[in-house]
Amino acid sequence: MSAVVESHDHHHGPKKGLLRWLFTTNHKDIGTLYLWFSFLMFLTGGAMAMGIRAELFEPGLQLMDPIRYNQLVTMHGLIMIFGGVMPAFVGLANWLIPMQIGAPDMALPRMNNLSFWLLPAAFTILLSTAFMEGGMPGFGWTFYAPLSTNYPNIAYFVFAIHIMGISSIMGSINVIVTIMNMRAPGLSLMKMPLFVWSWLITAYLLIAVMPVLAGAVTMLLMDAYFGTSFFDAAGGGDPVLFQHIFWFFGHPEVYIMILPAFGITSHIISTFSRKPLFGHSSMVYAMVSIAVLSFVVWAHHMFTVGMPLVAELFFMWATMLIAIPTGVKVFNWVATIFKGSITYETPMLFAIAFVVLFTIGGFSGLMLAITPADFQYHDTYFVVAHFHYVLVPGAVFSIMAAVYYWLPKWTGNMYDEKMGKLHFWLSFIGVNVTFFPQHFVGLAGMPRRYADYALQFAEWNAVSSIGAFLFGLSQLLFLYIIVKAVMAGKKATPEVWDGARGLEWTVDSPAPYHTFEVPPKITEQTKL
Amino acid sequence: MAYMKKELGLLTLLTLPFISSADWLDVNMPVGVTDISEEVFGLHMLMFWIMIAIGVVVFGVLFYAMWKYRRSNNKTAADFEENHKLEIAWTVVPTIILILMALPASSLLKKMYDHEAEEGGIDIQVIGWQWKWQYKYLDEKVGDKPLSFFSNLTTPSDQYETNQATKGENYLLEVDEEVVVPINTPIRFLITSNDVIHSWYMSDFAVKQDAIPGFINVAKTTINEPGVYRGNCTELCGERHAYMPVVVRAVKQDEYQDWLQSKKDAAEQVAFLTEKDWTLAELMEQGEEIYNTRCAACHQMNGAGIPGFYPALAGSDLVLYDKPKHIEILMEGVRGSQMQSFAEQLNEVEMASVITFTRQSWGNDRAGDGEIVIPKDIVEYKQKDS
Repeated sequence: MSAVVESHDHHHGPKKGLLRWLFTTNHKDIGTLYLWFSFLMFLTGGAMAMGIRAELFEPGLQLMDPIRYNQLVTMHGLIMIFGGVMPAFVGLANWLIPMQIGAPDMALPRMNNLSFWLLPAAFTILLSTAFMEGGMPGFGWTFYAPLSTNYPNIAYFVFAIHIMGISSIMGSINVIVTIMNMRAPGLSLMKMPLFVWSWLITAYLLIAVMPVLAGAVTMLLMDAYFGTSFFDAAGGGDPVLFQHIFWFFGHPEVYIMILPAFGITSHIISTFSRKPLFGHSSMVYAMVSIAVLSFVVWAHHMFTVGMPLVAELFFMWATMLIAIPTGVKVFNWVATIFKGSITYETPMLFAIAFVVLFTIGGFSGLMLAITPADFQYHDTYFVVAHFHYVLVPGAVFSIMAAVYYWLPKWTGNMYDEKMGKLHFWLSFIGVNVTFFPQHFVGLAGMPRRYADYALQFAEWNAVSSIGAFLFGLSQLLFLYIIVKAVMAGKKATPEVWDGARGLEWTVDSPAPYHTFEVPPKITEQTKL
Repeated sequence: MAYMKKELGLLTLLTLPFISSADWLDVNMPVGVTDISEEVFGLHMLMFWIMIAIGVVVFGVLFYAMWKYRRSNNKTAADFEENHKLEIAWTVVPTIILILMALPASSLLKKMYDHEAEEGGIDIQVIGWQWKWQYKYLDEKVGDKPLSFFSNLTTPSDQYETNQATKGENYLLEVDEEVVVPINTPIRFLITSNDVIHSWYMSDFAVKQDAIPGFINVAKTTINEPGVYRGNCTELCGERHAYMPVVVRAVKQDEYQDWLQSKKDAAEQVAFLTEKDWTLAELMEQGEEIYNTRCAACHQMNGAGIPGFYPALAGSDLVLYDKPKHIEILMEGVRGSQMQSFAEQLNEVEMASVITFTRQSWGNDRAGDGEIVIPKDIVEYKQKDS
């Protein structure tokens, strides 16, 4: 009798031990792997950021030479983008998309396993350069040619980027196939939850631009090792071509890192306002518009390369247009809160901080779009402040909000609310103390990617460094809270949050290893 | 200039004198000293206040709603999901605001894109090198070549590498040769690069143009006020990106003419010096000075280089035994590496003395053939070349 039960369990439950994680094809396991991997990368990239801020605490070179400094700046960017934010969103996609559309798993589970396990391989290759003569890449995450073509160990960098790109493309194909084919009966596209929508759009962006990045790094490799001159003016090549190719990838990439955040924020704000999301379909149209516009604004990163006037005007106007759909989203969130019945649990705090601070990042973004003024802002700390406002209290806060929001569903335990709030306030204060003063030094003319700087910038840089240490160290608290909730905690109900909408809240907490083996029926009454 | 001493660190942060220092207030874009820079500043402030106004309205509504509709104050939520009039309004109104922003921005941009040469104006070619700027006055000739010089950082390394010396007022913003230009004169900077991409940034003129190999970018400016203006390189160009400042000295027209004359006279002096008989001690003294400012950044003060990046000079076979090759490398550079040609950067005397210095230092004199290089060797190399 008991043997029968055991084999029954074995069939439906996860394998035991490490091999479970190596061979798993379960979307929840793979989601967990992605999330832990991204957290590890977040801490690694964060440690590098603290190294950077420690060096910048005061003028002069105290802790490292400029070669090491450039390596930290470069690796911080690469790790946070390709190892931190993107895998975190893929992890959330893996956990949530099947549960939100009522599917049993992702459509292509074995490929799902492979696309995760490529990532540790890629980052091992990238980070292994730290132990080589010549060291890690030090040309900035944008790897502009011809600086990068003459750099040591560039082949490792190129190979790592290729593997990350393959991983992203496979992940995206999986997302698209799953969403297109595996929605529960009755779940039409326009009824689909916004996180799923945001990922559908993101996946298309990834498939469109990852090959462009692959092309850029391949051309770089050819220039470095095979005697071509794509980007070498002395051989008839064009260094500006590199920037056009890179930013044709790079700008959609920016939205790859923010669209899923829009989806997450929409869910959380609606839940804790106990109100349906305002303007569901206009949110979808806004995201689609942002995604389409992202392909025609890339050269606003290049206003100072000496493009002709008409090009500068076109890219200025196109960039300004993005403010319209982005504004619609912010107004929709405010309207969702309006006349709600709001409580402020940790996910809601992070979500509201996201709306406010992301909007501040949007304001500086709009200022940067104004080409004549951009001649002053370009490549100063004003830009650093801008993109950290949209990426840290933007993308990263949304990921933290998502973790707090769905953690009870994943683990079956409530996290420690008091600790969560403490983590929020420390992060909120830390982020603003770090990045707000960077607007000041940027406007006053401090260039970015400087290991050392003039004395007039000393005071605000010291403040910024203190903020960075506060923010960085508070993330250890985040780790503690998560581990604590995984181990134990108040048992969560299936619905978890009063006012939560969506199919994932109809299954038990923790979500069983297999969910929706029989698709749920979506009717007019289903709260989505 | 207030500057935080290492020992005081955090403690200083909490003290009043520090907070009252003027640098805390240095939080905005400079107005600058050209008509264009003033207009850019005006545009920047206009955008800033528009953003503040939008922020006040949006965040005002948000914070009001957050407070008013908290659960303890509002038990039951409304359940509206749409309001078409409102949605049309918050699409149309931002569009109008954006158009109003785009108009002044576009017309100012058009004005900044006037790159035509003007009567009485001067053209200065700006060439970015790792990690220094070269300036060529295209209208001024010395012999048959334009007046040209390099502008190197002069902040001594003990101010930033070892942090032993007190940092000077113009820390990292001081150079050996400033670009001297006349005021009230249209100046065209023709900006390009010799190696990787750099960017020539002078905030006070609202000029930032990338220096790109194979391209010539133009920035035109007319300076209204005499003074010394300091800027930076703003495109990551490798290790010493932070150590190649831009310094422009704007002077009245007659001072400018005097300066031009003195530069031309100095250039003629050099020809005379190559004929002189140089002693080893003289060459070594001048060579060390040049080595420390031009070479030590990569090859290091002790000649050991940085493995994987910059080869060692101490004990290098080439430096020890191959004098002709040694001269050739300094004159031509090494293609595909960061070793650039110094033929234009150093005159014959400087070139000979720095080569002699490397061949005689760090034990190289005992280990190798110990041959020194005199200015005549360089002159001969150049003649052979042509």
